[in-house]
Amino acid sequence: MRKLPVARLNELFAAIAAERKLYIPAGDAKTAAFTLWREGLEMTKALNTSRSAKDLFFPQVENLVDFKVSGREIEIVESRDPGESFVVFGVRACDCRSFDILDKVFLCDPADTYYQSRRENGVVVTLACKEPEETCFCTALGVDPADPAGDVTGWTEGEDLYLRANTEKGESLLAGLPLFVEGEKPETDRSVFGRLPLKELDWSAFGGEKMMELFSSPAWESLAESCLGCGTCTFVCPTCQCYDVKDFKTNDGVRRFRCWDSCMYSDFTLMSAGQPRPTQLERFRQRFMHKLVYYPSNHEGEFGCVGCGRCLQKCPISMNIVKVARALGEEAKP
Amino acid sequence: MKSDPLIPMLAVVTDVRRDTPDVKTFRVVGTDGKKPFLHIPGQCAMLSMPGVGEALFSITSSPTREEDLEFSIKKCGCVTDWLHAIESGQQVTLRGPYGNGFPVDTDFAGKDLLFVAGGIGLAPLRSVINYVRHYRDRYGSVDIVYGSRSKADLVDYQEILDEWCREDGINVHLTIDNPQPDWDGHVGFVPNFVKELGFDTGKTVVMCGPPIMIKFTLAGLMEQGFPKERIYTTLELRMKCGLGRCGRCNIGDKYVCKDGPVFRLDQLDRLPDEY
Amino acid sequence: MQERVKAKAIELLESGACTRVLGWKAGEFFYDVTPAVFTSREEVERDFVFGPFCGANLSKYLIAESRKGGKVGAFLKPCDTYSFRQLQKEHRVLRENVYAVGVQCIGMCDIEAVKAAGMKGVVGAEERGEDLVVRTLYGERTMERRAALAERCQVCKSKKLLDCDERIGGQGEELSSARFDGVARLEAMTAEERFAFWRGELSRCIRCNACRNVCPACSCEKCVFDNPASGAENKAAADSFEENLFHIIRAFHVAGRCTDCGECSRVCPQHIPLHLLNRKFIKDINELYGGYQAGEDPETRPPLVDFRLDDPEPSVVHERGRKG
Repeated sequence: MRKLPVARLNELFAAIAAERKLYIPAGDAKTAAFTLWREGLEMTKALNTSRSAKDLFFPQVENLVDFKVSGREIEIVESRDPGESFVVFGVRACDCRSFDILDKVFLCDPADTYYQSRRENGVVVTLACKEPEETCFCTALGVDPADPAGDVTGWTEGEDLYLRANTEKGESLLAGLPLFVEGEKPETDRSVFGRLPLKELDWSAFGGEKMMELFSSPAWESLAESCLGCGTCTFVCPTCQCYDVKDFKTNDGVRRFRCWDSCMYSDFTLMSAGQPRPTQLERFRQRFMHKLVYYPSNHEGEFGCVGCGRCLQKCPISMNIVKVARALGEEAKP
Repeated sequence: MKSDPLIPMLAVVTDVRRDTPDVKTFRVVGTDGKKPFLHIPGQCAMLSMPGVGEALFSITSSPTREEDLEFSIKKCGCVTDWLHAIESGQQVTLRGPYGNGFPVDTDFAGKDLLFVAGGIGLAPLRSVINYVRHYRDRYGSVDIVYGSRSKADLVDYQEILDEWCREDGINVHLTIDNPQPDWDGHVGFVPNFVKELGFDTGKTVVMCGPPIMIKFTLAGLMEQGFPKERIYTTLELRMKCGLGRCGRCNIGDKYVCKDGPVFRLDQLDRLPDEY
Repeated sequence: MQERVKAKAIELLESGACTRVLGWKAGEFFYDVTPAVFTSREEVERDFVFGPFCGANLSKYLIAESRKGGKVGAFLKPCDTYSFRQLQKEHRVLRENVYAVGVQCIGMCDIEAVKAAGMKGVVGAEERGEDLVVRTLYGERTMERRAALAERCQVCKSKKLLDCDERIGGQGEELSSARFDGVARLEAMTAEERFAFWRGELSRCIRCNACRNVCPACSCEKCVFDNPASGAENKAAADSFEENLFHIIRAFHVAGRCTDCGECSRVCPQHIPLHLLNRKFIKDINELYGGYQAGEDPETRPPLVDFRLDDPEPSVVHERGRKG
């Protein structure tokens, strides 16, 4: 395994950034975000970023295509970001798992080439967690926070950073950086994960088979009653991927862009012919049913949640997937 | 240009025909003057005018029509308002086809077919009906029950009179909601009319129309003993991508744009009632 | 306090005075309480909490709740009662369908403030005098309770309980507050510095609409930003101009109606100090038209919809702009 003193992290960043763009989580506990590295930028002390790492592959707003319109004629003009090679350093195990979930949505035939190009261009360097927050529950969803996936996996143990390449992309990144010595990583202390308050969350009530039963549960009413209908949970969620396609009139044409959208919004499904999800109850239910029932039904039982805990931290009324899982799980018990 | 399923192709509207006070039928070809793509009856496509918006419409013409694609579109929103204001020669953008379409070559083959449509609901069925007419010998008897608010609101009325009604083995049953002076046909709502006509429950039913018509017609068909496995309908929900990704048309574990829009009643029965 | 509040909730339900009560429901941890409607003694006993993390302002829920038929009991903290009265002034809440119980408050803690103080893996907290003893996955630590308070509570403007059918705790009074200090610091900046400050803050906005949806003053049936027919509909900012505009338009729209309850800043997942925009308007209104506190009384005409001959001339704004 490759080894580098943590004190030389800045050198590592400089060496990576000399070749391509590098994003690291930076900022204080309140503002931590994946930020383009520049000399002097340091890693955040916060466990994770406010927004998830999905932003780098599925940004909140991106241009799809431009049009020029003259009279009855339309011209289609390429305006997409050409894409360039980049490295994202310090992705946590939960966010890394979210890429698998997003891949299944965006890369199935016909692939979304905007997402695909970013996935191909991006090298993901993960970082094992040592000090989880009480809101963390990735372990309850089969994620190992101490051994995350990614192109390269990183651990900080003592004064050293250990790196292991998992893919060709990862190997070629590390091979180009003459900074490391060989070293044996000490055994990771996993005891804190055993103390996590949400580690034993029970997801057995969920999955595709119980669709109608869960959909019709009376528990949704009280779960959804205080929902403000904002998009916070969806926008900070690493696996939410619903989007809108909109046109924006520029000075000399029309720009078609896509932006994140939220199933929590009242206009999400609104049609001139009607509204299939007329109240916040249906919208709220949709979001959780999608993660816990619909997505697993289409993807061999895999849940659309990675246990990052962002919705627990960010929901204005503290309603979240854990409370939903508890309420519906409780009801499903014989 | 690097292609992506969200980037449309250019197309040209070659003909605009007014069908009813609020429905027009548009003929669309590619910029090379040819039909832009092949499709299956019941499939949809995204039409758009940059700066106005993009919307999904069912393809009204039969795949057997070689010249172009036809779309019968009711004026009811942003994009459709714009479409109703254009003339032939206008360029639009197009992408598709999307969805599963009707099982015209499999489940429908050799069957007696009963089409039930209300208002603009005829649009997706017209594609199937004309396909079936084209390959007439592959199917059994054909009954078409079609109703709308008034005579003027019957989409494709001229084609129905001139072609469908004159063909052997095709029985057309038209109805309008209220009596009017120049109408000597049936008057009444579609669900009741279907009941009165008392069809053989061995028929395969293909249905499209406003939710209220679907609801009551279904109740009638159930009462008469039609099996759910032989009732097909096509759904319409808000869609932005057509690829099962934007999330709007998600019903249970299905996406209407990708897994539908055509569903059998027994399939819909296993899904949440959010359509 | 919690026991008195819960006893009152049960009394309101069992006496038939209310068909339901609006309060705060216990969550997974000690801090993640959710606004909730309770209909029975069992629910209240099991789930109702009133503690240092009940910061959510329940007034806005009364717009819908007061229209559902039957009387709803509502527990309101002093600043919530300002929103409650302002909503009545705007004819949004049907007062006769609400039984308002004012609950005195010593300032609400904010888990984000606790975490910003460096606490990780927080699993418990206990008030001990002026301190907050915080239990974490990594051991116990003590912090000043004051440092754990939400910003709005650190500069609390008033402990006065307005317009309540009954009170738990004292009537409370207005406090002299340092709440405009932050605005004054911004005013002291050059225009360029101030622009840079706001761009830095607003560039973090993710347009989740939490600030708008939680805001008691944002009670439009359909917001212009959601309405395709408004010409201003916008779901994600296409550029920095749009990013700024959402918040500036919102601040203008609530100017003179914002009671400074601080919910916008509490809920912002990106920690944008949105309250500073609103406070700037409040400060300006106070300075230009004399002191005015939205929600304080039901009669006074808000200065921005009132005209008096001695109102300052529009040129005042021009002069101030030139100086800035």
